[in-house]
Amino acid sequence: MKKLLASTALIAAFSLPAFAQETLDPNATPGGNITVTYKDDVATLDPAIGYDWQNWSMIKSLFDGLMDYEPGTTTLRPGLAESYEISDDGLTFTFHLRPGVKFHNGRDMVAEDVKYSLNRVTNPETQSPGAGFFGAIAGYDAVADGSADSLEGVTVVDPATVEIKLSRPDATFLHVMALNFASVVPREAVDAANGDFGKMPIGTGAFKLGDWTIGQKLIFEKNADYWRAGLPYLDTVTFEVGQEPIVALLRLQNGEVDVPGDGIPPAKFQEVMGDPAQAARVVEGGQLQTGYITLNVTTPPMDDVNVRKAINMAINKDRITQLINGRAVPANQPLPPSMPGYTEDYAGYAYDVEAAKALLAEAGLADGFETELYVMNTDPNPRIAQAIQQDLAAIGVNASIQSLAQANVIEAGGAGTAPMIWSGGMAWIADFPDPSNFFGPILGCAGAEEGGWNWSKFCNAEIDAEATAADSMIDPADPARMQMWSDVYMKVMEEAPWVPVFNEQRYTMKSARMGGADALYVDPVSIPVNYDYVYVTE
Amino acid sequence: MAAYLIRRLIQSALILLGVSFITFFLLYVLPADPVRQIAGRSATPQTVANIRAQLGLDQPFIVQYGRYLAGLFHGDMGRSYLQKTDVATLIMARLPASLLLMVAGIGAELVIGLTMGVVAALWRGKALDNGLMMTSFVTVSAPQFVVALLLLYVFAVQLGWFPIGGYGTPAHLVLPALTLGILGSGWYARMMRSSMVEVLRADFVRTARAKGLTRARVIMRHALPNAILPIIAMIGIDIGIFMGGIVVVEGVFGWPGIGQLAWQAIQRVDIPIIMGVTLVSAFAIVLGNLLADLVAPLIDPRIRIR
Repeated sequence: MKKLLASTALIAAFSLPAFAQETLDPNATPGGNITVTYKDDVATLDPAIGYDWQNWSMIKSLFDGLMDYEPGTTTLRPGLAESYEISDDGLTFTFHLRPGVKFHNGRDMVAEDVKYSLNRVTNPETQSPGAGFFGAIAGYDAVADGSADSLEGVTVVDPATVEIKLSRPDATFLHVMALNFASVVPREAVDAANGDFGKMPIGTGAFKLGDWTIGQKLIFEKNADYWRAGLPYLDTVTFEVGQEPIVALLRLQNGEVDVPGDGIPPAKFQEVMGDPAQAARVVEGGQLQTGYITLNVTTPPMDDVNVRKAINMAINKDRITQLINGRAVPANQPLPPSMPGYTEDYAGYAYDVEAAKALLAEAGLADGFETELYVMNTDPNPRIAQAIQQDLAAIGVNASIQSLAQANVIEAGGAGTAPMIWSGGMAWIADFPDPSNFFGPILGCAGAEEGGWNWSKFCNAEIDAEATAADSMIDPADPARMQMWSDVYMKVMEEAPWVPVFNEQRYTMKSARMGGADALYVDPVSIPVNYDYVYVTE
Repeated sequence: MAAYLIRRLIQSALILLGVSFITFFLLYVLPADPVRQIAGRSATPQTVANIRAQLGLDQPFIVQYGRYLAGLFHGDMGRSYLQKTDVATLIMARLPASLLLMVAGIGAELVIGLTMGVVAALWRGKALDNGLMMTSFVTVSAPQFVVALLLLYVFAVQLGWFPIGGYGTPAHLVLPALTLGILGSGWYARMMRSSMVEVLRADFVRTARAKGLTRARVIMRHALPNAILPIIAMIGIDIGIFMGGIVVVEGVFGWPGIGQLAWQAIQRVDIPIIMGVTLVSAFAIVLGNLLADLVAPLIDPRIRIR
């Protein structure tokens, strides 16, 4: 691991015409506006705060971090950093900043801004939901507990160079630097906004914020000085909020909307897919998501692994997948298939009612038992819970359904009072495309604390140690590391704290005039679309 | 009159105080943690504890409520937990839209409801009367979501007469106001019908007929003004029911009012917004009732304020 130079960007820097050819779509015509709708308000555009699927892609287009992904893929590429080096021990990252990058306010972006941005996101007063991602940076603990206001590990070497020292090796660190939370923001704009930076964002991104009428719409305008020459193609993107998904679909059919941000409403899915003209404008793709049932390993009789295995065998995943019109593929392990580290040749617990009954009998529960299944109260989740209830009844397990608002289910899960939870509506979607992201908070000991997202309260010191070892390797894509992660999840499945049920597919609908590769419409990082790269054809 | 007004104002203030206390208490005991919503799923316990302390949510209930009230008396409704913006700003940005829809919706209710009621009373016992009363029953029990979507589909999507949701021009207002009007008209139709039937039986109506006035003139000049009086008081009470219906209608038509704001805030346990919208709505209801009581003696001298 000597010098991990960012190949594409570096080659591009020396040969600019090739660069333009490589990244620009020859069919693209610059200009035009697209309209994207959402039901909910845009809560914030502050990259340190925004953490939902609606503002994630919007913030991506307004801001840049040191690292970034190839559009439509999960492949890392340098962003505001032109290149970087990693020390042999994997503890020091040196980033060389791209020259000539300007913030929307016209000022040049420099190394001091990177340092400020990392200090800001980790400062407890910012209340960033992403602060914990930066835990590996040296000095993080002191900032997090308030005893320091600057990260010791971040050093400005010169205006174009930042050095970041880690306190422990972290294979995912480059992914972390590609998260929105690591976006570079200008201090003067944050100070001037006086706490309202989320409504007055200033970044280096392909778009800048134009008008924002709260509760109605906001407009992104092309950043003419964007450092990726030729991008974005669109002049403006208009986001209209407060639109029911079903109304958004009607407006799309009427030619008023280009992308319904909340997707195709479940009730209309079959109608849309049954009409060839409409189905042709739907792009299907995988997403880094798994829907699962958590089995609380601290609640008898689910503290018995045989009982948990029996429940795994009792669930008819194909039927549940049909319930949501086949918008998912049945799962057999925590990782989704498109995630590196997925175990291809694992069969999982096959659906087998008799075997499940036998296991229960072995556990001394031939007559079954009573339990509770918590579920979020929005469609289709209660229907899925009913299917689970019926499957459980077939092996004599009598589960009563607790259908609650999302926040209440999360609360019960964190407190450990819920014996079983169907994760639908709150299921884990990866923050970044690395297998480690499916472990710590949801299957590791750290997440099993009171209030954590590990609702199974599953905590196995041996598996945790192996996970830590895997993340201490320097190269995130090292096949040996992927094998370790595969092992980790196979051992988890031996203990069966979850019933992995399905991996949801993504369906993005677009208007006929929208152009750009299909991959941009199921971009794993920018949902629903990568605004920087799409264009209109008329 | 002045004494009455002062007494009513004090009562209203107490009601609002009570509403604020009950809402705050319910949100406090709710088994959902706003800090979890802010901190996100990857937060460490330390981050969660930090945020809880910063927002003062680690304090006992009475301290939290006291702080909220103190802020309120200084005109500060707090900051949204998730949007990190002043609640007053968020509500003020949306209040005009809700008020406009409310006025238009109540107007539509009255026009539709009163017309139905008068017509039914005049043709009492006939097929028309039965039909109208049946209709009023249906409109009262129809689900708001379905009626709103139906109107949207027929008049905006199929016929293209109105825009498909949104806000800004009078054309945008028609369908949401009509939805609220249709749904709320049933009550008024029934009230108006019985009130009108009663008045038509009254002596002064018979006298007017005996004077030789035309039927139309009797109805318009004598019966209608008298029959309409009890309805006035109903409008004030109606505002409360209205605030509930507006949430759904605003949702379907993409109308940027406070109903949408409240709905989103409830989903995310954004307590300052929930409190703010509840108080503003309660204020509207209290004010509506007060005005209805004050206006009643002006139109009907038989009612006296003491």
